[in-house]
Amino acid sequence: MTRSRKPVVAGWFTQDPAEGGGFRLIGTRCRGCGAVFFPREDHACRNPACDGAEGDLEEVPLSRRGRVWSYTDARYRPPAPYVSDPARPWEPYALVAVELTAERMIVLGQAAPGTGVADLAVGMEVELVPGVLHEDAEHVWTTWHWRPVGGGR
Amino acid sequence: MSRDVAVLGVGMHPWGKWGRPFTRYGVAAARAALADAGLDWRDVGLVVGADTVRGGYPGHVAGAAFAQALGWQGARVASVYAACASGAQALDTARAHILAGLVDTALVVGADAAPKGFFAPAGGDRPDDPDWLRFRVLGATNPTYFGLYARRRMALHGDTPEDFARVKVKNAAAGAANPLARYRTPVTAAQVAASPVVADPLRLLDVCATSDGGAAVVLSSLDFARRRATADPVRIRAVSTVTPVYPRTVPDLPDIATDSALAVAPPEPAAGFRSAVVRAAYEEAGIGPEDLDLAEVYDLSTALELDWYEDLGLCPPGGAVKLLRDGATALGGRIPVNPSGGLSSFGEAVPAQALAQVCELTWQVRGLSGPRQVAGARVGVTANQGLFGHGSSVVVIR
Ligand SMILES: [Zn+2]
Repeated sequence: MTRSRKPVVAGWFTQDPAEGGGFRLIGTRCRGCGAVFFPREDHACRNPACDGAEGDLEEVPLSRRGRVWSYTDARYRPPAPYVSDPARPWEPYALVAVELTAERMIVLGQAAPGTGVADLAVGMEVELVPGVLHEDAEHVWTTWHWRPVGGGR
Repeated sequence: MSRDVAVLGVGMHPWGKWGRPFTRYGVAAARAALADAGLDWRDVGLVVGADTVRGGYPGHVAGAAFAQALGWQGARVASVYAACASGAQALDTARAHILAGLVDTALVVGADAAPKGFFAPAGGDRPDDPDWLRFRVLGATNPTYFGLYARRRMALHGDTPEDFARVKVKNAAAGAANPLARYRTPVTAAQVAASPVVADPLRLLDVCATSDGGAAVVLSSLDFARRRATADPVRIRAVSTVTPVYPRTVPDLPDIATDSALAVAPPEPAAGFRSAVVRAAYEEAGIGPEDLDLAEVYDLSTALELDWYEDLGLCPPGGAVKLLRDGATALGGRIPVNPSGGLSSFGEAVPAQALAQVCELTWQVRGLSGPRQVAGARVGVTANQGLFGHGSSVVVIR
């Protein structure tokens, strides 16, 4: 039996990268004021000067590349609902805060496997890649990762 | 017309880790504060409780729990939840009742018995809860965010892990002189460097623990204090509990992304939410950083204490490490920060923490802090920040 791929949160990123346009985070944009939201805001624009409502918020793919605003790592196993196998030794992963120039916002994400804090630097260009958060009996839970462009320094 | 209220009394239960019911710590702190005020519990007009924290959200309804534990006596009651700022919002609620003339006196209490280890979100499948999502999707704990801020300081200002360790050494030295602190042992830079990394570049001794503790403050109108012949009472001159202004451009707990600055330019690019919280307190009190004798700030991490120096306006952005290295923020320095020992020596008992900051300032401006006394202290400020866009700053004056 093959396990199906399931996004960790529905609607936050493109499900099937093969479907043209590549793998992208999906936000929303307010037609009224141009504000962009990620995670997606579907009900009311959060710009206090704008009364944009449900019909004014349209889906928009976010930039595929950005620059590292800062980074850190998780040396200890995070508590639930983060899923990890307690029977296996903990393997730290890096977390990256990435500045998207076009959207003028910062989006956090885990670094791609194999990218540790020693491979990262503030200001470095990184790109969005599809990743796997964890797997269970029924699903491969998918997410997004940030990876240094050109393999890092 | 003065908008000051008097601090009649303060009290704390020592910080530690016992796992007893939170009301025990709260009642002990409340009785200590009432005794300090010379006020009978039955004469208190309003009791305000800062709610406990469970999974990022309010746990026990604290106001009524404390009122019952102290013995129902018919007072007005309120409970507030504002994460790390809960104690300050409770104080602000009490102050507003007094200034509106609804009551003469109020007892404000915060206490908690914190779970061990990382603060974790509420259980179940809760994809509509940003606090649940950050753990589910990223495994982003509180130290994750502190690590991001610390690394950013290193890249922007050239701070080093040794600088961060210096904050711990300073605060541990102050905490060693505070009988209410949980950790009362001096710490060396070598000990910080030898502790395991939690969230690069921060090590275990850079990050504050979670604790049990309780703190209480008795407030009254200035008229009430005068009638009781309290000639020169300690006063609360400002309580800031302002929300952020859109767009927020710095990643903050529990969010996975910042606001976009595409539609609206950030109000002031250099000044983030923390400095806005403090600035509102300064404006309300009619003071500036140059008027301060001391400050109690929320050092959730050593590096975050350095951010606060700049947010308080004690130095320009990037100047915090120089201030620290010069000894200006240590006991005996020009502007001591965290003379109590800070969260570094206490560990965080969330609803009690903002009130504990006010207790420390009150003892300091009364000149009763013994070996931790800041000479001639008359004006102090507290500052904190926590989950969900909460922050607070209180100005205490004598
Ligand atoms: Zn809008």
